[in-house]
Amino acid sequence: MKKVYVNEEWCLGCHLCEYYCAFANSNERDMAKALKNVSIHPRIQLEEGNNINFAVSCRHCDDPLCVKGCITGALSIHDGVITADTNKCVGCYTCILCCPYGAISPSDHGVIQKCELCTNNIKGTPYCVQGCPNNAIVFEER
Amino acid sequence: MGVNYLYPEYEVVRNMDRCINCRVCERQCANEVHSYDEERKIMCSDDALCVNCHRCVSLCPTRALKIVKSDHTFKENANWSGRSISEIYKQAESGGVLLSSMGNPNSFPVYFDKILINASQVTNPSIDPLREPMETKVFLGSKPNKIERDKDGKLVNNLSAGVELAMPIMFSAMSYGSISYNAHESLARAAQEAGILYNTGEGGLHKDFYQYGKHTIVQVASGRFGVHKDYLEAGAAIEIKMGQGAKPGIGGHLPGAKIVGDISKTRMVPEGSDAISPAPHHDIYSIEDLRQLVYSLKEATDYKKPVIVKIAAVHNVAAIASGIARSGADIIAIDGFRGGTGAAPTRIRDNVGIPIELALASVDQRLRDEGIRDNVSIVVGGSIRNSGDIVKAIALGADAVYIGTAALIALGCHLCRSCHSGKCNWGIATQKPELVKRLNPNIGYKRLINLVKAWNHEIKEMMGGMGINSIESLKGNRLMLRGVGLNEKELQILGIKHAGE
Amino acid sequence: MLKEGEIRIPSGCAISGIFSKSGKRISGESIIKSIATMHDRSNGLGGGFAAYGIYPEYKDYYAFHIFYDGNTSKKECEEFLERHFDIINLSKIPTRKTPGITDVPLIWRYFVTPLPTKLSESQLDEKEFVARCVMKINTKINGAYVFSSGKNMGVFKAVGYPEDVGEFYRLSEYEGYCWTAHGRYPTNTPGWWGGAHPFALLDYSVVHNGEISSYDANRRSIEMYGYKCTLQTDTEVITYIIDYLNRKIGLGLEEISGVVAAPFWQVIDRMPKEEKEKYTYLRNTFASLLITGPFSILVGFDGGIMALNDRLKLRSMVVGEKDDTVYIASEECAIRIIEPNLDKVWAPQGGEPVIVTLNGGAK
Repeated sequence: MKKVYVNEEWCLGCHLCEYYCAFANSNERDMAKALKNVSIHPRIQLEEGNNINFAVSCRHCDDPLCVKGCITGALSIHDGVITADTNKCVGCYTCILCCPYGAISPSDHGVIQKCELCTNNIKGTPYCVQGCPNNAIVFEER
Repeated sequence: MGVNYLYPEYEVVRNMDRCINCRVCERQCANEVHSYDEERKIMCSDDALCVNCHRCVSLCPTRALKIVKSDHTFKENANWSGRSISEIYKQAESGGVLLSSMGNPNSFPVYFDKILINASQVTNPSIDPLREPMETKVFLGSKPNKIERDKDGKLVNNLSAGVELAMPIMFSAMSYGSISYNAHESLARAAQEAGILYNTGEGGLHKDFYQYGKHTIVQVASGRFGVHKDYLEAGAAIEIKMGQGAKPGIGGHLPGAKIVGDISKTRMVPEGSDAISPAPHHDIYSIEDLRQLVYSLKEATDYKKPVIVKIAAVHNVAAIASGIARSGADIIAIDGFRGGTGAAPTRIRDNVGIPIELALASVDQRLRDEGIRDNVSIVVGGSIRNSGDIVKAIALGADAVYIGTAALIALGCHLCRSCHSGKCNWGIATQKPELVKRLNPNIGYKRLINLVKAWNHEIKEMMGGMGINSIESLKGNRLMLRGVGLNEKELQILGIKHAGE
Repeated sequence: MLKEGEIRIPSGCAISGIFSKSGKRISGESIIKSIATMHDRSNGLGGGFAAYGIYPEYKDYYAFHIFYDGNTSKKECEEFLERHFDIINLSKIPTRKTPGITDVPLIWRYFVTPLPTKLSESQLDEKEFVARCVMKINTKINGAYVFSSGKNMGVFKAVGYPEDVGEFYRLSEYEGYCWTAHGRYPTNTPGWWGGAHPFALLDYSVVHNGEISSYDANRRSIEMYGYKCTLQTDTEVITYIIDYLNRKIGLGLEEISGVVAAPFWQVIDRMPKEEKEKYTYLRNTFASLLITGPFSILVGFDGGIMALNDRLKLRSMVVGEKDDTVYIASEECAIRIIEPNLDKVWAPQGGEPVIVTLNGGAK
């Protein structure tokens, strides 16, 4: 299954992936309108180091700890993609504690949010990949 | 401080309605133009530092930025332009020689834009390149003037060493040191896949690139950087650099601060020493000395590689070319005055040399007048900007063209002409690792291949329109060109007629 | 308006040829009949013939056919000839007044051989000596033009329809084993008889239907080797290329087709190794002599004829055979009108030469 992978030798630490992610999940058509005066909480987050930068998002694990830990069954696997049903989520944040990658975070509405490979928004295919200026983020099978 | 003689040339214009404070402009500008004001929660820009490289503009996700020419003006003066005045302020301040990068930007005639191409009609059908074979394969090298047969009467291959190109385009010499490792990797990989050659420039050949040797021209310049036996053996051809279009008659200087690590190793210059390329080769003071070097290189490589001699286009280029054609060289490369450079004194770049169109026409004609045109192939460079220029250059007499600036533009260069600062925001003309990273060869080489393939297709379309299906029939075919807006003398030197004739 | 030679005039045309493999000599009547059927392919602005084997009594001497504008040019040219050649015989070429042929220049014929002292002084071989003298007359002596210079062969041409030209020169009175003919359709009015086809140098004669796109590339190349393209016609440059490759370089006719109508690279890539190397070598070494653009040519030479089309076959050409006679023409009707019962009739492929020699086969 195709997933989002990072080739860290090309990551410039520009943070554009974060902004594109926030825009993709904003339900707006124009990026300026979507993100003006907005403090973003994207589902992909950049870890910056001295010489190496790395953008972290959900690994869509084969044996996901977050799904095991979810008390309401909001988190589930559909065609390999781990999705969150926001109607079922009660905001217990157990999954946030379980995920070894820190890929899940609280959304602006109390429930959790995580990368769903843009299957749940109008973009359809991972937008962070399209927005990365240096091919540091790719969408492929490995 | 005190008196600010120099007002910023460019102003950064930010559309505050569209700016989302993502700070990518701040993060990506190596000149530190942009910054985020925490208190006022807006982005700010310091115009004085902007070099107009468009890095921020290209990455801004909402297209909130643009760079405009400042409308701060001097009083109108057709003789003393704002630029001339500012240059004097700079020199009065620093006492130094003005340095510039890339090619001559001044308003001199561009002859390619005054030449028009023919198309076949009625008496001779045009050819459709999508349905008929259209051949752009080129062989560079010396042609024999007689044949030899073996005892059975069969033809013997008595051709001297040459190179075969899938299309009449090669990447021009740009040294490792003036451009980055990633830029070289992009050029090498693109040359390999497109079936053409790229040129090491005078910085030697990095050991990681020996694998692309079959598509590499190794350059022997006046400083002889990186020249040793394996280097010569590694390439498909050897180029002796006698001159460069952007700065004819002078040498080059890479400051010691840049001679570190791999650059130092590849150039074979101790770390921290300045790498000075002297103006002449100090073992070539006349044409017979050149002949000696040509043959030394051939002996060293067992006559298996063709030797190219690269010269700048200057006033007596035809006579020089004639001498070179008789010196044993297989290919002559002529670099016109619009050629690019990493750094050169401004006055030399802007005032020395002649246009490549005129140089090419007169060299081609002179060699034919002397009956020696077949001794050498001619490659030209110095501002080939598109496939139309290539078709015109071949019709004037060239075998192939060198592209330098065009290749860098394909890689992302925006011609901001600040290469000499070493802070190229696109990762091309810099050695800083965090900037070099910005040029991903996996992307770069594909863009180069796209460019040359697109141009090759356009060349085929134009050839088909002229009723020609093999590029060797376009070479030197001056009747396919007409001039427009040129005077008698220019038409005569170019050897073409005026449109309407 | 500029004269032919000062400006390049493209044209479309008709060609025809008859060759007897056994060397049987026939009169010019057949070839005139053949070219006359293709009347509409010409527009009356040029026609001509080449004939081989027509001067058996003088077969060891070069037969110069020369046009003169007037007596001054004739005098100057004859003085030149006397300085360089032994003139065995000279006379006006017999002609018949024909409506349709006007503005007739002086037309003379000389049978000559190089003066032995002049020849040894020049340190050239005989053919090169003759070729250079011919080109000198054509470029340096105003108003004189040598339009035929081979042994035991002759070119007859003028401004007019080819059948009228044949009448004018009384070609029914000559007998040759090989005849070629040409009718011209230029797109401008040429001022001058020299521009008609065939073009000849020594014993090579070329008639050509087509317009080559590579003209200037070929011209600027061949002029490096001592040739001067004074007429600016395709036929002239093609003749010089064949003379150069055959006489000076030493390539055979098939090898010459491999240069001027070289196979496409995609064809060469599929050839067996040895052939591939040979064609790659020829194409690489003689790249500037490749001819692109439509052409169909008949090259006559001493003892044979070669027919060749461009690689894309953009002009027609048909070959017919009956017993030991080979017919080649732009249209089948031109062959059928003189020989209705053919053993074989076929159209050669683009780039494939058809070479016929005395007592040899059609290949």
